[in-house]
Amino acid sequence: MNTDTHAVHAGDHHHGDGHAHSTFSGYMLGFVLSVVLTAIPFWLVMSGALPSKQITALVIMAFAVVQIVVHMIYFLHMSPKSENGWSMMALIFTIVMVVIALSGSLWVMNHLNSNMMPIHEMTGMK
Amino acid sequence: MTVAVNPVQTGEPVFYLADEHPHPEGYSTSLGFWIYLMSDCLIFAMLFAAFGVLGANYAAGPAPKDLFDLDLVAVNTSMLLLSSITYGFAMLTMQQNKIAQTQMWLLITGLFGAAFIGIELTEFAHMIHEGATPQRSAFLSAFFTLVGTHGLHVSCGLIWLVTLMVQVWRYGLIEANRRRLMCLSMFWHFLDVVWIGVFTFVYLLGVLR
Repeated sequence: MNTDTHAVHAGDHHHGDGHAHSTFSGYMLGFVLSVVLTAIPFWLVMSGALPSKQITALVIMAFAVVQIVVHMIYFLHMSPKSENGWSMMALIFTIVMVVIALSGSLWVMNHLNSNMMPIHEMTGMK
Repeated sequence: MTVAVNPVQTGEPVFYLADEHPHPEGYSTSLGFWIYLMSDCLIFAMLFAAFGVLGANYAAGPAPKDLFDLDLVAVNTSMLLLSSITYGFAMLTMQQNKIAQTQMWLLITGLFGAAFIGIELTEFAHMIHEGATPQRSAFLSAFFTLVGTHGLHVSCGLIWLVTLMVQVWRYGLIEANRRRLMCLSMFWHFLDVVWIGVFTFVYLLGVLR
């Protein structure tokens, strides 16, 4: 795939190293994959095909993760090589931050919620 | 400015560049824009975290099940997805120097984006009409902040898109315009990635709950 994109770029002289390594087939493959990866979770939730809600939730979250990766590769053209690897470094750093922020918030606030005194007890304490 | 060092040992002076050599205009734009997108990603992560924490606090008000119409969300999702692929086509025709076709695909992208915003605003208006305002509950505050921020991004993207269409119309597909279209491409596809998180975690998991 790399060789034919370079063949396309060889004609014009805009230095396209960090730039779009895009092909029609790449975009179409990404589009078809994301349509499928969008349609299945919607169908699962709307039809209630899976017996348990927890399993459905886990499955649609897995679909979301896969679809995000598909978009990253086929639409945003992420590769370990783009910008000498600096895009990937920024991405990995951001993912680490996002995971810490999300899991940390949910964990801490969940504990706060369960440790909170119920409101009716507080009003009764006067 | 060059500095000679270590002239004695080999007899031949070695030169190092003390200043950075000049780069062509815009050579680091795509990396810089990518880092901006990553910081934008952190904003959305915080809003997702807020929604994750507050998303079940209905304050005896309406729950996602009562509010969300998944058919409408599915239509909206397809609008954004279609606008992503049409922007991809705009980039492909741009690479082939076809100005008219690039403009056409950009216009189609803009129409899909406008349809997305239109449907979202209709949904918001409907919710607010039913009394599900951001003031109603923590869930609704977090919902409107998260989905509204995404919608605001798409609206800014639309303004940017129209600006670039005018630029391409006036100056053609010059190097600067190619770079700008590339940045908007990253922005647009990034917003689609954020929307994957929104429809999964807000709408689908909300209705499931």
